[in-house]
Amino acid sequence: MKPINKISSVLTPLERKNVDTDQIISKEFLKRIERTGFGKYLFYHWRFHADGTPIEDFVLNNPRFENSEILVAQENFGCGSSREHAPWAILDYGFRVVIAPSYADIFYNNCVKNGILPIRLKDQEVDELISKGQQQNFKLEINLEDQSVTGQDGTRYEFEIDPYWKEMLLKGWDEIALTVQYDSYIAAYEEKQRA
Amino acid sequence: MAKTIIEKIWEQHVVFEEQGKPDLLYIDLHLLHEVTSPQAFEGLRLNGRKVRRPDLCFATMDHNVPTRNRDTITDPISRKQIKTLQDNCDEFGVPLAGINHPDQGIVHVIGPELGLTQPGKTIVCGDSHTSTHGAFGALAFGIGTSEVEHVLSTQTLWQSTPKTMEVRIEGNLGFGVTAKDVILAIISKFGIDMGTGFIMEYTGEAVRNLTMEERMTICNMSIEAGARAGLISPDQTTIEYLRGRRNVPEGDAFEQEANRWLALATDEGAKYDATVSIHADEISPFVTWGTNPSMGSGIAERVPSAADYEKQSDKDALKQALAYMHLEEGMPLSSISIQHVFIGSCTNARLSDLRAASEIIKGKKVHPSVTAIVVPGSETVKRAAEQEGLDQVFLAAGFEWRETGCSMCLAMNEDSVPAGERCASTSNRNFEGRQGAGSMTHLVSPVMAAAAAIEGHLTDVRNYMEEPVASV
Repeated sequence: MKPINKISSVLTPLERKNVDTDQIISKEFLKRIERTGFGKYLFYHWRFHADGTPIEDFVLNNPRFENSEILVAQENFGCGSSREHAPWAILDYGFRVVIAPSYADIFYNNCVKNGILPIRLKDQEVDELISKGQQQNFKLEINLEDQSVTGQDGTRYEFEIDPYWKEMLLKGWDEIALTVQYDSYIAAYEEKQRA
Repeated sequence: MAKTIIEKIWEQHVVFEEQGKPDLLYIDLHLLHEVTSPQAFEGLRLNGRKVRRPDLCFATMDHNVPTRNRDTITDPISRKQIKTLQDNCDEFGVPLAGINHPDQGIVHVIGPELGLTQPGKTIVCGDSHTSTHGAFGALAFGIGTSEVEHVLSTQTLWQSTPKTMEVRIEGNLGFGVTAKDVILAIISKFGIDMGTGFIMEYTGEAVRNLTMEERMTICNMSIEAGARAGLISPDQTTIEYLRGRRNVPEGDAFEQEANRWLALATDEGAKYDATVSIHADEISPFVTWGTNPSMGSGIAERVPSAADYEKQSDKDALKQALAYMHLEEGMPLSSISIQHVFIGSCTNARLSDLRAASEIIKGKKVHPSVTAIVVPGSETVKRAAEQEGLDQVFLAAGFEWRETGCSMCLAMNEDSVPAGERCASTSNRNFEGRQGAGSMTHLVSPVMAAAAAIEGHLTDVRNYMEEPVASV
């Protein structure tokens, strides 16, 4: 997993709430047995007509956001299916940070385990960012170490993150390698169960 | 100190705890299927890791499998995914109910059938509807593929202590009201993210009177309320369901286990972090009209109007949903025509669901403009239903009787609803395109689906039932 600390990029405003993982990556793309290559299918049915031509007014089809690494959406982002293909698609497309007022629990975990930083800001702060991002190219500086988001106009927001997840993201840990260090505890637990 | 079942199970499974860290939790049962496991097994191979406890794993194929012409999977990528699971199970020694196995079925239907699902267990699966197993008083939740790999390798997960929520259902269910209506009504009343960050426990008189299969329907859709897990404290109903099943102990050993299971039930006076309640009188046969499971109402009602909502984001969400669903504000729900009926999925494809639907359809015909299919939840359900002649009832009415699998719930196989057409579906999600790109889903109970099949539009199933005469 790639470590993450500072990201500086234009934000992509997605003005929708309760975005479910079926929209993020549709089921017809879940048959691949690899972790990569899902980016071109991100938000597929919102991005493309049935004949494969782009839907002009969908935000990802706006060239302004082409190199954006920060996706901003409304509450309860990533609800529904547990499919990790959703964060794989987000990452493969080029986003490293998602900002929303709230996330579904499984999706949040899946992000952290793939080096995507899911930031929670207040409803009103997110609405502000979406509105600014819609009006103009709006650049954000993300700093995980400081737990801050700073807009190009100087507005600064702070966010909370569990210290364990923070360290994992900063260091790009392989969580299994970490857990293996607790093998004696696991073995002792199993021993106790057998007794 | 009085404790909830959630706290009791949690404490029994902590392998390691330290201030400032999530707890390392032991996992008792790991269920696997073909869609969310290949990358996890590949990760093990790349790092030279083994499956720590193959004896605590159980795999099946359900998401992708065809429900007819079982032996010819035409889609080469589906075929590869199914073959990959077979190969991975062979290589790592994981027990598998493969595509032609007599135990094959939807993973959340077969776990309980085989007695693998038991009270007090921690159960995970790379599937959000793992919450189904909570019906037994197990702590069961969906995980992503990275977590699947972590559990395969270590049999544990790092988990932060969850908040607990009591969801109380007061009173008894009214005439024609099913478990599906209960959970849809709860999600509609309290919102699609009511359970985010919580594990929910369903309590109350109505819950105690439900069968295990009905309890599974409710717990199944906990994730639709945002809760990773939803459970019900075990009682005598739980014990009787499990008695005699494969994978549970026999004789005295069973009685001992049963006592241990009953002791897991939430203690009198235990505190939850939050409590919500709903009265059974508020609940009538339900249908969804929108693009998430909280967008639903009683069948006698109308599609809402923007004026019914205060927040702008709710007005916007309504507008987006109705645009996708091709519905008008204020139209009666019973005026919505449907072209497809799907009776199936981990929510509503158990034997009691098929029995209930067959009672409605018996001697009637599927409306000529409707294509209707029944997809039993497992081979075991299918055999039992055929034994009772339910297949003949459905076939005589004009339903198709298929092989088992997830099928049209998520349309990963060839069973899908065409763009622009509507389905009354007993499944769990009505997200945009869920049953096929451009398709429109209305979530209902099995009896409501059967009634819709007859009339060709959403309708109140109570018109097809005889109300029991109240005893004086």
